[in-house]
Amino acid sequence: MSKTLFDKVWDSHVVRKIEGGPDVFFIDRHFIHEVTSPVAFLGLKSRGLKVLYPERTFATADHNTPTINQHLPVEDPLSANQLKALEDNSNEYGISHWGLGHQKNGIVHVVGPENGITFPGATIVCGDSHTSTHGAFGAIAFGIGTSEVEMVLSTQCIMQPKPKKMRINVNGQLGKGVTPKDVALYIISQLSTSGATGYFVEYAGDVFENMTMEGRMTVCNLSIEMGARGGMIAPDETTFAYLKDKPLSPKGAEWDKAVAHWKTLKTEAGATFDKELTFKASDIEPMITYGTNPGMGMGISKHIPNAADLDGGVATYKKSLDYMGYNENDAMIGKKIDYVFLGSCTNGRIEDFRAFASIVKGKKKADNVTAWLVPGSHEVEALIKEEGILDILNEAGFVLRQPGCSACLAMNDDKVPAGKYAVSTSNRNFEGRQGPGSRTLLASPLVAAAAAVTGVVTDPRDLL
Amino acid sequence: MAYDKFTILTSTAVPLPLENVDTDQIIPARFLKATKREGFGDNLFRDWRYNNDNSPKENFVLNNPIYSGKILVGGKNFGSGSSREHAAWAVYDYGFRCVVSSFFADIFRNNCLNVGVLPVQVSAEFSEQIFNAIYDDPNTEIEVNLPNQTITIKSTGAQESFEINSYKKENMLNGFDDIDYLQNIKGDIETFANGLLL
Repeated sequence: MSKTLFDKVWDSHVVRKIEGGPDVFFIDRHFIHEVTSPVAFLGLKSRGLKVLYPERTFATADHNTPTINQHLPVEDPLSANQLKALEDNSNEYGISHWGLGHQKNGIVHVVGPENGITFPGATIVCGDSHTSTHGAFGAIAFGIGTSEVEMVLSTQCIMQPKPKKMRINVNGQLGKGVTPKDVALYIISQLSTSGATGYFVEYAGDVFENMTMEGRMTVCNLSIEMGARGGMIAPDETTFAYLKDKPLSPKGAEWDKAVAHWKTLKTEAGATFDKELTFKASDIEPMITYGTNPGMGMGISKHIPNAADLDGGVATYKKSLDYMGYNENDAMIGKKIDYVFLGSCTNGRIEDFRAFASIVKGKKKADNVTAWLVPGSHEVEALIKEEGILDILNEAGFVLRQPGCSACLAMNDDKVPAGKYAVSTSNRNFEGRQGPGSRTLLASPLVAAAAAVTGVVTDPRDLL
Repeated sequence: MAYDKFTILTSTAVPLPLENVDTDQIIPARFLKATKREGFGDNLFRDWRYNNDNSPKENFVLNNPIYSGKILVGGKNFGSGSSREHAAWAVYDYGFRCVVSSFFADIFRNNCLNVGVLPVQVSAEFSEQIFNAIYDDPNTEIEVNLPNQTITIKSTGAQESFEINSYKKENMLNGFDDIDYLQNIKGDIETFANGLLL
């Protein structure tokens, strides 16, 4: 029977099948961070277990690290305690640890690919739902809970039933100002936040084939926001070129052998999916969200839908608009903005800073806007300087912060105050996500830049 | 994690008929800074439950003394968003042993099963019947019978069966977790790992 890309990677990692139960699933690469790992290590200790393959686990601190003055001790004692626990646990069990201040420190889903830890055909997990990012390389990558972190540490396996398969095709030419983030937000707006629950997605079609690795990572990153455990894209020359010579990528003959295998990782003709959806690139415009989940998004030039036009869920919908301080049928263009956040595992890569700079170049930050520009890693930070992007940003009145998850989930001090509006390039607009009472509009780096220089929601196509 | 065995739970239930309840609402990120798993129940639904000055919000269901019990009944797509197992810990720590919904997000469902909270998925119609029964009489009891895989509204006798795979069912009935199983097949795992390219 013809196999999909997903079948090939999944089936080759099943250690054992349990009748009427999950598969025992082997994990090639495991990322850990300070927030979801301490209790897993406590569990190991209380059971007297070792880490089976410490060389397959990689630790980085990102979720609650500060994005200024990283050379100083972390002020918040609870955050400092978690960072210390990650360091101590990594040292005790022989796990590579890129803590705060380490040259390779950054957001786990940015530094993993950057260093060649991620590779095609790999199985990758982390106690973080945006682990789906690594699917961009043709890996099966998804988020797990802390109990499963403990399982991976102690046995390098988790127990998972094989998900159903969905293919999402997007074909055609993307219009001016339409980015990978818009493609993802568009798909989520069509499927809702639960439309792909129970499925693993393969993205196919020329829109994804023509995307850079950064763009593919943005798309796969957001797979979880439509309920999918993860999403993946078949590896190709773009993938191999990105990975070649990365610090931890295979070298020499091993590289050739790996690439020969990676080239076989494609969905075969005739392979079937449980569900298949096809969208047209020309239907997608720059997107923005207006509600309190990532499915509540629309083309930036449109009006907020009326509750009467929805298929149920009216009470939840009205509660959501109420929280946002918006009304049915409002236009989003022209809505006042207080904060702009460029960063996160969704849009904290070099390409995102290039896009942002392309709009703000020669303009000035609006006086009413507080902007937080947070690179995903020190490597991204270095490229921003090297490429002259920092000068453009500084001239426009912006400052660059230091790497971390930052305002995406506001575990550190980067919190949007109650009632304030933020255009954010991150992944979730849930109530209070960016700080208690904060109101989030998810969008691309271009839309964020347009808002940052005008102070209101603005169509970036008018500024390009 | 070791947790209490789950067999038959008969309890009143707490209704939360909102859709898309995400794990940031169940436990906001700023409360994830503990390095132990206990104590999260105090901050369950923190921002819906308390005002900024920590006074309880009267209109939130957990602050309404009429409703109590070990079963939480949520709306469609319960537990979406972040993978934080702290959400399942918070539900457990507060005292719930079962969450009922017409649709669960994947990771949350999985996390619940790993920490001893039984996720029971029912039809949209049955979910509606449960909400109505609770609103008619907050003292109405719901019986969740894991061995038979049934959920029953005691006052009306209405019953529906629910799905759970036989492996996880055995675990819940016995209070086992996956690590117990995985430890026993370590030899197989090591053989498998030795055959890998990378």
